[in-house]
Amino acid sequence: MAEDAELRGTTTLDGFRVLWVGIKREPTVFTVATLGAVLFGVLTVADAWVLGWSTQHVLIPAFDTGEIGTDMLVWVVALFMGVAILRAVGIVARRLGGGIMYYRMQSHTRRGVTRQYLSLPMEWHQRHPTGQLLSNAYSDVEAAWAPIMPLPMALGTIVMMVVAVVQMFLADVVMALVGLLVFPAVVVANLLYQHYSSPLMTRAQGLRAEVSEIAHESFDGAMVVKTLGREVEETDRFRAKAHELRDVNIRAGRFRAIFDPTLASLPNLGVLVVLAVGVSRVASGATEAGDVVTVAYLLTIVSFPIRAIGWLLGEFPRSVVGYRRAKAVLDARGTMTYGEDRLPPASGGALLEVDDLHYSYDADAPLLRGVDFDVQPGRTVALVGATASGKSTLTSLMTRLVDPDAGTIRIDGHDLTGLRKGELPRDVALVPQTAFMFDDTVRGNVTLGADVPDDVVWGALRTSQADGFVAALPDGLDTKLGERGTSLSGGQRQRLSLARALVRRPRLLILDDATSAVDPEVEARILASLRDEHSAGSATSLVVVAYRKATISLADEVLHLDGGRIVGRGTHAELLASSPAYAQLVNAYENAAAIDAESASVVDGGSRQ
Amino acid sequence: MSTTTATSGTRMDTGEDIGALATLRLGMTYSPELREGIGLTLVLAVVASCGQVVVPIAVQQTLDRGLNGPGGPRLDYVAWMGLLAAVAIGVTSWASYLMTRRLFTTSERGLATLRTKAFRHVHDLPLLTQNTERRGALVSRVTSDVDQVSQFLVFGGLIFVVSMGQVLVATVLMVVYSWELALVVWLAFAPLFLSIRWFQKKLSAAYTVVRHQVGVLLGAISEPVVGAAVVRSYGVEDRTQARIDTAIQDWQDAYTHAQTYTVTSFSLGGLSAGLANAGVIVVGVLLGFTGDMTPGKVLAFAFLVTLFVGPVQMGTQILTDAQNAIASWRRVLGILETPADLVDPGPEGEQLPRGPIDVRFRDVTFSYPDGPPVLRDIDLAIEAGTRVAIVGETGSGKSTFAKLLTRLMDPVEGAVLLDGVDVRRIDARSLRRSVVLVPQEGFLFDDTITANVRYGKLDATEDEIRASAAELGVDDWLAGLPRGLDTQVGQRGESLSAGERQLVALLRAHLADPDLLVLDEATSAVDPSLEMQIGRALERLMQSRTSVTIAHRLSTAEGADEVIVVDKGRVVQRGPHAVLVAQAGSVYAGLHASWVAQHSRL
Repeated sequence: MAEDAELRGTTTLDGFRVLWVGIKREPTVFTVATLGAVLFGVLTVADAWVLGWSTQHVLIPAFDTGEIGTDMLVWVVALFMGVAILRAVGIVARRLGGGIMYYRMQSHTRRGVTRQYLSLPMEWHQRHPTGQLLSNAYSDVEAAWAPIMPLPMALGTIVMMVVAVVQMFLADVVMALVGLLVFPAVVVANLLYQHYSSPLMTRAQGLRAEVSEIAHESFDGAMVVKTLGREVEETDRFRAKAHELRDVNIRAGRFRAIFDPTLASLPNLGVLVVLAVGVSRVASGATEAGDVVTVAYLLTIVSFPIRAIGWLLGEFPRSVVGYRRAKAVLDARGTMTYGEDRLPPASGGALLEVDDLHYSYDADAPLLRGVDFDVQPGRTVALVGATASGKSTLTSLMTRLVDPDAGTIRIDGHDLTGLRKGELPRDVALVPQTAFMFDDTVRGNVTLGADVPDDVVWGALRTSQADGFVAALPDGLDTKLGERGTSLSGGQRQRLSLARALVRRPRLLILDDATSAVDPEVEARILASLRDEHSAGSATSLVVVAYRKATISLADEVLHLDGGRIVGRGTHAELLASSPAYAQLVNAYENAAAIDAESASVVDGGSRQ
Repeated sequence: MSTTTATSGTRMDTGEDIGALATLRLGMTYSPELREGIGLTLVLAVVASCGQVVVPIAVQQTLDRGLNGPGGPRLDYVAWMGLLAAVAIGVTSWASYLMTRRLFTTSERGLATLRTKAFRHVHDLPLLTQNTERRGALVSRVTSDVDQVSQFLVFGGLIFVVSMGQVLVATVLMVVYSWELALVVWLAFAPLFLSIRWFQKKLSAAYTVVRHQVGVLLGAISEPVVGAAVVRSYGVEDRTQARIDTAIQDWQDAYTHAQTYTVTSFSLGGLSAGLANAGVIVVGVLLGFTGDMTPGKVLAFAFLVTLFVGPVQMGTQILTDAQNAIASWRRVLGILETPADLVDPGPEGEQLPRGPIDVRFRDVTFSYPDGPPVLRDIDLAIEAGTRVAIVGETGSGKSTFAKLLTRLMDPVEGAVLLDGVDVRRIDARSLRRSVVLVPQEGFLFDDTITANVRYGKLDATEDEIRASAAELGVDDWLAGLPRGLDTQVGQRGESLSAGERQLVALLRAHLADPDLLVLDEATSAVDPSLEMQIGRALERLMQSRTSVTIAHRLSTAEGADEVIVVDKGRVVQRGPHAVLVAQAGSVYAGLHASWVAQHSRL
């Protein structure tokens, strides 16, 4: 769980473990980048060597003798430029390699995380807020791999240090030992920094996700916020979290403010000490002036890249937290298991059998308590029940969006849980209450990528009464709908969603109050064309969740769902006659009209002035 | 005030047209904290950058006077120089600490302000404008984009300020040592400095593509999350994954492309450095023959060159990174630069008195951007305290009616008046207090029912909520929930059924106690029995208010005081149900006939 990840502290070792995952995944790019960095490091040190060489062989002799050969000056230029060009090659390999590795690792993890989003069951999705999942796939992944950018540089720095240290020892052992004291000091400074800032970084990363969750939810509910005038309260809610994040960042910044100058001044102090020691050794004749220069210069040169290691380690806490959060998704289990059964190719309607089905979201209040029914091939069954009686849940179970706690659902005699993956969607289509649109064209939203000729698409649009408004769109079938189809009305989205199901010619079609946002007249036309198709011999088995009598009247049979069970079953007329509860539910409009008529005759507009 | 210019048609500003300097200026305007104490921070930066110069001076002095002095090595001189340098390092480190702290504090404060302002502004924008941007991209504008700017302001800004300080100090010192050698160094770096502008242009374009691809990527990632049910029930996992993979690849390509420019520009700096070093030695030697150059001076100069090169390379890198940060900053500022077409007059505006509201549409015409008029020349009055139903076919313009009435949009021509006041002149808080819209899809926040209902009345007690539920006739439903008012509704309320979400939305509206209630198909997903029950309760509750109901179900219209029939953007009929239905051949009679046909079948 992501929450656990936030509670645990992070260590430098954890940071290296995350990097190791990246190195194993992209060894080639990593090698190129590191070689580039090593080249860069070696040549940076070579720069010092060239300077020393120039001092000994050009500078000092020239000043001593007052003359110098042109060939020596050419050598100076050639050496410096040779080193510079090779170093540029090193930079390109290091930085481009580092960048490519960083982007590739992010892509790898994002592919993994989104594959998990697609394979984890609905039940998992219901437990995780949208904002959190988006942040897991984006900013956490980004944070996780951020140390890859400075990684080659830091590794190159280590090589550079080794070379520099060897050179220092070659120049003068005592001064080298003194200069080396800088390195343990840097390590200690880093450990202290890690220790103090890592809890803050962890907290900040968690807060970033929370800020994102609030923004996501608030923008999603913009209509409610606007219509109830709650902009101020929403802004307060957002501001509180943004300020919390700000304060944590500022506190983390204080440690950074201590760490950076410490890191910068350690090599400088080292140089001073080396100078002091060096001068005394020159005075005693133990070493030469040139060696003092070399050692001091090597230390200054190393001082800048030493910080690269600091930057690398500085990224660790955020990286480890980001990685853990993304890893929590990657490691999430509960993938729906599939069997090996196939549904034999058949053209007619499917047979659906539901047997003693139990389901609950909340153990204290079971929603479905032994639902039994069947739908014979080609029949139309209406599912009727009060608000919150479990109808939508039942449709989710029939399409295996969720699995029941107990009981079985069979299609053509095959238990849904025994079917191969992808088998069920070929034959069964659900049109949900709330239509979801992809950021795609009208055609893409209807076919969902299947190779369907345009006339078939138009046929489906005609049946769902969407052909009119689609034809009127600027680019017809090729009109882009934008994210979640916000350019369309709710009724238009529902009709496209219905066409999406129809175009697949399912053998079992389940409509979950799928026309609630459509006008009665349009709905009547939809139902009429469904009925026409039906009588034309397509004979799809149809389950409709409905309240309206026109819809119910389509049904060969009506199931009355109440208290988690099917309490009534028969034709509409039979149920009306046998079940007062059913009659009250579906006759509400007529009853209300009757009551209104009565009260109108009593009050007769008395409420109006 | 009867006519104004077209509104509601503004797209979300991408911010792409804001220039780099304009971005900085605008950024400072929206986050005034960034300016605070900037003078002192700069002074500290200069002091801090001096720290980098202390060592070479000490080295040069030690070499020239301590080591190669006339009387041989002088230990006391070396000791004093070392002590002096150590003190200087201490002072400059302290300055660096203070500067970093200040930079962190001001940028984090400034950006928190910017984030919050941008968030608020999104809510001030019309829904139509909000919808021109992908949700994920909109969120990233107040989250990751701001983080990007923060990284730049703190680390980039800090190092850039210090680097420029160092370049300046190094240049001054170089000139003091030898203006000839200083010239050599600057000449070696001239190609780099001259190419910066070109690289900046390329990088700016490359990072604009990057930010765009980030938006596309976020959109693609949101599909398997938000559309989880559809993706599964249609078995289109592979296709969805393919779309995500494409977005991931495009994102990666965009970043790699941008990185190529960064790397090229950075490696140029290395070449310049080599040239500068060689030049200093060669020219230094040549100067030694004619002038007062000493080996110590040339060496110290070589140190100065590294001091110059380091910050120049750093500065170049920051300038390239800055393009990414500025691209992000632009996107955040773009939100704030998007005009909020529905301008709130604020507390200066008119306040609506309590009590039933009378409504007047005066020659109202509305059209969506680049679309034909949805409503044309609507001129009507609704008396205070009446219950009105608006009916019409899909696309007739009846939902637009509700949105104009609640000022989710402003008319293109004409005016909507509440109690005789143009809605555009009413203080938004007063308007929202008195006018409440219950939309068809009642959005709920991921919290308890209580918390959601309190959106209608912030200080509502549980008893009030229960009483309100009883008045609406939904107390049975509430009592049936295992956790009652404490039930968690889930994200977007998805743990509840669509019908239950509508019940919560109604309860919320009822608690808000409006003087004008606008219901847009607010009970479409509720079972008929409950719908009728709520309908009757609403009628009772609406007696001292004005209510406008957008109705698909004509049963609602039958109970209204008056029915307004909209057809093709015009009001074609109005009057009580009984009168309208009797007008043979009328639109309403047609609608009613089909309604009856649907409901009395069997």
